[in-house]
Amino acid sequence: MFLNIEVNNQIIKADKGETILSALNRNGMNVPTLCFLKELNPTGACRMCVVEVEGYENLITACSQPIEGFMKIQTHSKRVLNARKTNLELLLANHPDECLYCIRNGSCELQNLAQSFNINERKFKNKKFTLKVDKSSAAIVKETDKCILCGRCIRICDEVQDVSALCFIKKGSSTTVGTTLNKPLSHSNCILCGQCIMVCPTAGLHEKSHTPQVLEAMGNPKKHTVIFHSSSVSVSIAEEFGFKAGKDVSISLNSTLKKLGFNKVFEVGVASDIYLIELAEDIINRTQNKGPLPLFSSCCPAWIQFAEQYFPGILTSISQIKSPQQIMGALIKSKYADDLNLNNKDIFTISVMPCIAKKQEAIKGNTSISSFSDVDCVLTTRELASLIKIKGFKLDDTETQLSDAPFVNQSSASKLLGTSGGLTESLIRILHHKVTGKDINEIKQSKLRISKGIKEISVMLGETTYNFAVVNGIGNARKLINDIMSGKKTYHFVEVMACKEGCVNGGGQPLLSEKDALKSRIKAIYDSDEKESIKFPYKNPSISEFYQAFTKSGNKNILITNYKERTVLK
Amino acid sequence: MKNLTQNDSYVKNILLGKNGKNSLLEETTSILTFRKNSKPIIFIGSATCGIVAGSLETKLTLIEYLKERQIDAEVVEIGCSCPCSFEPIVEVKLPGKNRISFKNITSDKVEAVLDGLFNNDLQFNNVIGQYFDELHHPWENVINISDLPFFSAQKRILLKNSGLYTPENILQYVATGGYKSFAKCITQYKPQDICNIVEESQLEGRGGGGYQTGRKWNAALQIAAGQKYLICNANESDTGSFIVRRLIENHPHLLIEGIAIASFAIGASKAYVFIRNDYNKAIEVLSKALQQAKEYELIGSNILNSGTNFSIVLVQSAGAFVCGEETALINSIAGKRGMPSAKPPFPVESGLFDFPTVVNSAETLCNIPSIILNGPDWFKSFGKLNSFGTKLISIAGKTKTTGFAEIEMGVSITEVLENIAGFESQEEIKALQIGGPNGSCIPPSLFSIPIDYQLMKDKEIRMGSGGIVLFDDTTCMVDLAKHYMKFIKNESCGKCIPCREGTRKMFEILENITISQKNEGGHETLDRFKGVMQIESLANVISDTSLCGLGKYSPNPFLSTLKWFRSEYEEHIFDRKCKAGVCQHLKSYYIHVEKCTGCNACAVRCPANAILGNKLQPHFILQELCTSCGICFEICKFSSISIQ
Repeated sequence: MFLNIEVNNQIIKADKGETILSALNRNGMNVPTLCFLKELNPTGACRMCVVEVEGYENLITACSQPIEGFMKIQTHSKRVLNARKTNLELLLANHPDECLYCIRNGSCELQNLAQSFNINERKFKNKKFTLKVDKSSAAIVKETDKCILCGRCIRICDEVQDVSALCFIKKGSSTTVGTTLNKPLSHSNCILCGQCIMVCPTAGLHEKSHTPQVLEAMGNPKKHTVIFHSSSVSVSIAEEFGFKAGKDVSISLNSTLKKLGFNKVFEVGVASDIYLIELAEDIINRTQNKGPLPLFSSCCPAWIQFAEQYFPGILTSISQIKSPQQIMGALIKSKYADDLNLNNKDIFTISVMPCIAKKQEAIKGNTSISSFSDVDCVLTTRELASLIKIKGFKLDDTETQLSDAPFVNQSSASKLLGTSGGLTESLIRILHHKVTGKDINEIKQSKLRISKGIKEISVMLGETTYNFAVVNGIGNARKLINDIMSGKKTYHFVEVMACKEGCVNGGGQPLLSEKDALKSRIKAIYDSDEKESIKFPYKNPSISEFYQAFTKSGNKNILITNYKERTVLK
Repeated sequence: MKNLTQNDSYVKNILLGKNGKNSLLEETTSILTFRKNSKPIIFIGSATCGIVAGSLETKLTLIEYLKERQIDAEVVEIGCSCPCSFEPIVEVKLPGKNRISFKNITSDKVEAVLDGLFNNDLQFNNVIGQYFDELHHPWENVINISDLPFFSAQKRILLKNSGLYTPENILQYVATGGYKSFAKCITQYKPQDICNIVEESQLEGRGGGGYQTGRKWNAALQIAAGQKYLICNANESDTGSFIVRRLIENHPHLLIEGIAIASFAIGASKAYVFIRNDYNKAIEVLSKALQQAKEYELIGSNILNSGTNFSIVLVQSAGAFVCGEETALINSIAGKRGMPSAKPPFPVESGLFDFPTVVNSAETLCNIPSIILNGPDWFKSFGKLNSFGTKLISIAGKTKTTGFAEIEMGVSITEVLENIAGFESQEEIKALQIGGPNGSCIPPSLFSIPIDYQLMKDKEIRMGSGGIVLFDDTTCMVDLAKHYMKFIKNESCGKCIPCREGTRKMFEILENITISQKNEGGHETLDRFKGVMQIESLANVISDTSLCGLGKYSPNPFLSTLKWFRSEYEEHIFDRKCKAGVCQHLKSYYIHVEKCTGCNACAVRCPANAILGNKLQPHFILQELCTSCGICFEICKFSSISIQ
């Protein structure tokens, strides 16, 4: 039902029951927010969105007040502006003045807000509180004194991811964000999905940077630097260079990285193709040998950490195939090293991922085949963009270059791994071929291309109906696993991605991205599936060589990993 | 007594009142209410105030005394009749005589007082008074207790039996008319009837909000839900207020009855009592009372064969001030961090575990049984102005009588101070604080204001839960405001910026006013003035934008002291002086040359090495080094150090 409300002496239409903020935004009016997160319950903590409503004694938060009838609202009256500015100044009085040395300099919501409020004088005396920086985690750094206690990280971790690694601790003016019993992050139940970083308005939470190590290796003439990037990076990194979201720059990225001075530049697609083929084999094996089913995907490291912490009982149901990143690293350090006659300790592998949990995956001991780690460093999309800038380049979208030999080609199916449902869609293509020997006619699985937390699809292959489930957002995974364990649901295969919508929305992706950026990135991935010629992993010419090697040695050990239970404070 | 009552199912007979006049029941009732006794009964006040004053020792001495003299007497623990400064109170009921009450009976006085009593030679200076009863002989020359101003100025409805019986004893409660109202509700009324009666009575929430209870109940009743909850807010955390503690310690069954009626009225089958975990005695008494109510099947399933089921859960709060706010309280019970949530949705729509929830204060709920029993018109006959009924108040601070009282709505603060706090003139009082840490500090010129929700609100005074703290001229109002700001900044939940950061800033500015200028550079002085200039506008933003009541009213201690005691702020800021001599850093110490003997004691102890002088020669203080700690002043045996 539509209602008329009056905002700044102008009549606008609003839905009955929607919040003032949503009505304002829909009508192209803006009020500043710091704690607001779309699709989550409003908490009204930051008081930035306060507006003056006639008939109310106090200022009202636009994010939480539903519209039930006619309202007369002032969004930028003197009283409102004074209240917002004072509150912002109070925040700043307690914030370290380290903007120039801050990782979020230029992409900080607090800084932007201060700028837009034209704050150029220190109103309240700054009393600094130096709090400990928590660097214990492999991927996340928590700088407590930069935290403005908006609570976004806590809400996304609790309401969306259902992990609740973070919470408010202490009270009054000594309140901070911390973990259970205020233990270091490494001892907490954090699964390193990095969604908290994506919503943090300041540098209170950010990734542990691997850029220095990369620069060090690049400057070391003895090191043979090999960098490979994933499809979800190539559809998002252009945003960091001012392009509109949804631009796929995989081939120009190759050329830029080459110019940066890396010895070899690959795309991770080859490893993804191998991963998909192995996974398909695993499903068929398990289906024929009666289990254990369902088989869970293993490409998302945050999901693996989650399962190791919360569902140790299903670890045997998770495929033991390494994730594409680790396969790629292993291939480079074994086959590629042998071919080039390089000592694998001289090879420095750098993976570029949309994810911060991959940093942890790279250093997990059990994924390494030798005493050397498969992957030496993991850069996020953001870090790669900054590395390109450090080296004085920008992303040139006119130049193109294919991935270096021997990993020249990849199927378009491998690129789908960046979105939720893409992995399953690609798997169906391979399974169809394995079971029937023919290419699938309808390559598009539109059921899997919708945006939904839990998606299901059943496909008839040969004489068996295979049931698949696709989950994104680890909170949904918990629900689905509980259903599976209680016997309510049965599947052959379950694809799990810890972040909502999959890796395109990973914890390493560009911050403060434009509205609908996510949709554009997903579209770019599906578009490239349309365009490219190799649509089936098993048709990728680059991998046949490796499979010949595997069959010769009869040993696929370098593709195998294992999992173990992880005890943490929950 | 136990056999007599249990076998005859005394409670059920009284409550369901099937058999008109029953001599056995009447007999039991008069024994239970101590109107009939064959041997002496000695009562000891055993509420927290009594225990603190030493009633446990008194009891031991008393038992010893009776044993030694082989006197066959019963010793009964009672609650507290409310003038706390009279504790330990001992009362004696000799067979056939009126019950007589003694004050301040510490263990050393037991012998003298009881000797006097048993030998008809009363120690009059310890006597408070006697309870008149036409059945018994009065004591000569002993005042009727209800004629004492402390009692005669009160209108005791909730507290009518305060300090007369053992609080948790359900039989005594029933014998004095308890649970009748609840029995009436579940046997005769529909929930809607009860909500209507309460709404008609215009009972206002006694926790501080002053919102009409009946309206809240009706709103909750109208919402269809599979589960509803009632929560009794007993998380009393206002500094200097002890109303809820005393209410529960003295009247646990009254509260249980109120909760039971409220739950029945709104359709809640489960109620929670959220009580501070440091209220040990109250928790103990309430738990015992709950246990008894369960044993007598007044809580549980199919209560009094009415088909009504109902349970009460006691939840101990960790003591956070903010958990007195209803949404924070609900979060705390649900196992979450005690933080307020944005309203709407209001708890009545979506509260505990997202079900409709009514939160009432303990005092509000205790008002319910008598309203149901006597009707809304009876309730409205109390109250001289806009608000009806009575209000419990507690008086603490620089008062003559620390205590707890029930007064009729509309009585002025002056009357309270004169009759209950025991002040003959108000000149001794500098200010009064009402409504807890974020209430208001008011000067004597406002004491004529009546205790009435609407009138006080018009004057921007928050009644809060009714705790009154008195101050005399040894209190510095700036220091007081600072003290309350510190409390609030520590007790803020940390959720919204104005409350978390704003109260901290206000505290820092106030602290800056009270620290010494010595050794400070120009910018610190500048900061002080800058702070002073901002603090008022900052206070307005805090109260305008805070999420919950705690934040909204947090600048009150500052704003009210500034309004009424502005001169003291000016004195601190401009003259750098504290008239009350409280702000340590604003004191300057000087040595009188004539009085100083040069003993060197002060120079040795001075932590700042600010005192110089040769032995046996007058010493002097280097003002630049002095930190105004006051150690020299305390240790000088010759009073040669003065403060300016």
